[in-house]
Amino acid sequence: MAHFPKPAEGSWTQHYPGLGTGPISYRDSFDPDYWQQEIDSIFTKEWLCVGRVEQLSRVGSYFTKEFAWANRSLVIVKDQGETIRAFHNICRHRGNKLVWHDYPGEETSGYCRQFSCKYHAWRYALDGSLVFVQQEEEFFDLDKENLGLVSVACDVWEGFIFVNLDPQPSQTLTEALGELATGLAGYPYGEMTQRYSVTSKINSNWKLFIDAFVEFYHAPILHQQQSTSEEGQKLAAVGFEGLHYELFSPHSMVSSWGGMAPPADPRMVKPMENFLRSGLFGPWDKPAVVNNNENLPPLVNPSGHRAWGIDSFLLWPNFMILIWETGWYLTYSYWPDSPNSHTFESSLYFVPPETSSQRVAQEYAFSVFKEFALQDANTLEATQSMIETGVVDTFVLNDQEVLCRHHHAAAREQVAAGRRPDAYPWMPAEVSA
Amino acid sequence: MSAPLALPEEFADLAQFEDWALETWRERYEKRLASTVDEMQALYDAITPRIEEILSYCDRHDVAELPDEVRNLMLLLFSLCEASLPVEIWRQPRVPDSGAADLTMVAEPRL
Repeated sequence: MAHFPKPAEGSWTQHYPGLGTGPISYRDSFDPDYWQQEIDSIFTKEWLCVGRVEQLSRVGSYFTKEFAWANRSLVIVKDQGETIRAFHNICRHRGNKLVWHDYPGEETSGYCRQFSCKYHAWRYALDGSLVFVQQEEEFFDLDKENLGLVSVACDVWEGFIFVNLDPQPSQTLTEALGELATGLAGYPYGEMTQRYSVTSKINSNWKLFIDAFVEFYHAPILHQQQSTSEEGQKLAAVGFEGLHYELFSPHSMVSSWGGMAPPADPRMVKPMENFLRSGLFGPWDKPAVVNNNENLPPLVNPSGHRAWGIDSFLLWPNFMILIWETGWYLTYSYWPDSPNSHTFESSLYFVPPETSSQRVAQEYAFSVFKEFALQDANTLEATQSMIETGVVDTFVLNDQEVLCRHHHAAAREQVAAGRRPDAYPWMPAEVSA
Repeated sequence: MSAPLALPEEFADLAQFEDWALETWRERYEKRLASTVDEMQALYDAITPRIEEILSYCDRHDVAELPDEVRNLMLLLFSLCEASLPVEIWRQPRVPDSGAADLTMVAEPRL
């Protein structure tokens, strides 16, 4: 029996009839040709979140992003006019990588007044223009005006920095975000600058980790031991039901109950959670800037349920924002290194603590979060290795896994179309890659 | 022999856990993996009965400018956050079924 109401059609999945309800193929998660198609028609065409404006705190602050899967390296910088720009990380002279430190393949960050090539000292202003050529008189017909860094489309939404590898993106960032552009705007992201960022190489296709984070059906089972034994058994017996699912195709969201911060009964949680007033759901005491969640963005907590705990938004194709009832947010990115591996990045953002107690509460929230992430990450490798055997070709998804069904379908649709059409016609979910 | 870990007088006995006063999460996590549950239990048993007292002591200082002895106490609390998980739930240093999974810290707040 459903504990929370479902749409009139009887299920979240049937509310979106184009999704179908049949088994789906997971060939799209290991086929090398299909993976290359995803790179060509999704990752090199879409707006990709690469970080936050707080990472570029002053004029001249920069960081690099290594997109080896697309054979690209980018440098993102705040220029003299405080505009955030992105460039291909290549010197116009003889092609040396412009910004790197010790190891050319590793990402780096820092501050500079100009970019200077390590090879022959060609220098570029922060806006990309070429400003100095060593022994300029030795060159022939040098057209410095046209030898600036090659720019990459770059835009900022709510402090999140996005780039687009397409030289001529078919949509602006705002157009690509669709309803989410305004529906998630206004949250005090910019006040939550206390950041923990982790990264991990995961031996699974990028979509499998998204699968794990757009459904919570697994949570009471895989993570059962992380609760007290009585509470864990109870959660496992009840299972999981989302409060609300919604597609803003190709984006999507799930809204979940939480209710553990603080718990109704202190015996429901680990002793440390009571000591520190913190846990997986974050510090229990909300920061003032969230104003007791009175001013949540319009798309957050759509059911308005009193047990609301967290909303997870998938910003197509590979970026997630999770907004917690307790007043902080979390982001995930998944970079498709190969058909069966990806780089996972996650950042936890809190309001800077005013007291030592708040500081420890945040540290504990990170520690607990990381235990869950380690369990999730390792399970993915187990899944990847077995779907690749091909012994079983199609898999069944339940109604709480509607967003898994959707984002695989959205990828297949975009691969099939070569580009995303304006009106999104549903790809039958049963269609295999 | 170096001086014992500087701590507020009331908590000077915690200096026995000075090798848990570590600056980064990575160091604390590696210390956890290299320790036995009994060792972590000792840290847990030494701090948790007094944790309210310790937190209220720390809260009397500006978190942005903690004196060294309070800062050291905070580092022990951070290690307790890490060590409490094997003590309270896993009964082993590693997260069960985490296999080869690992995380690299790219950015973290520092005291």
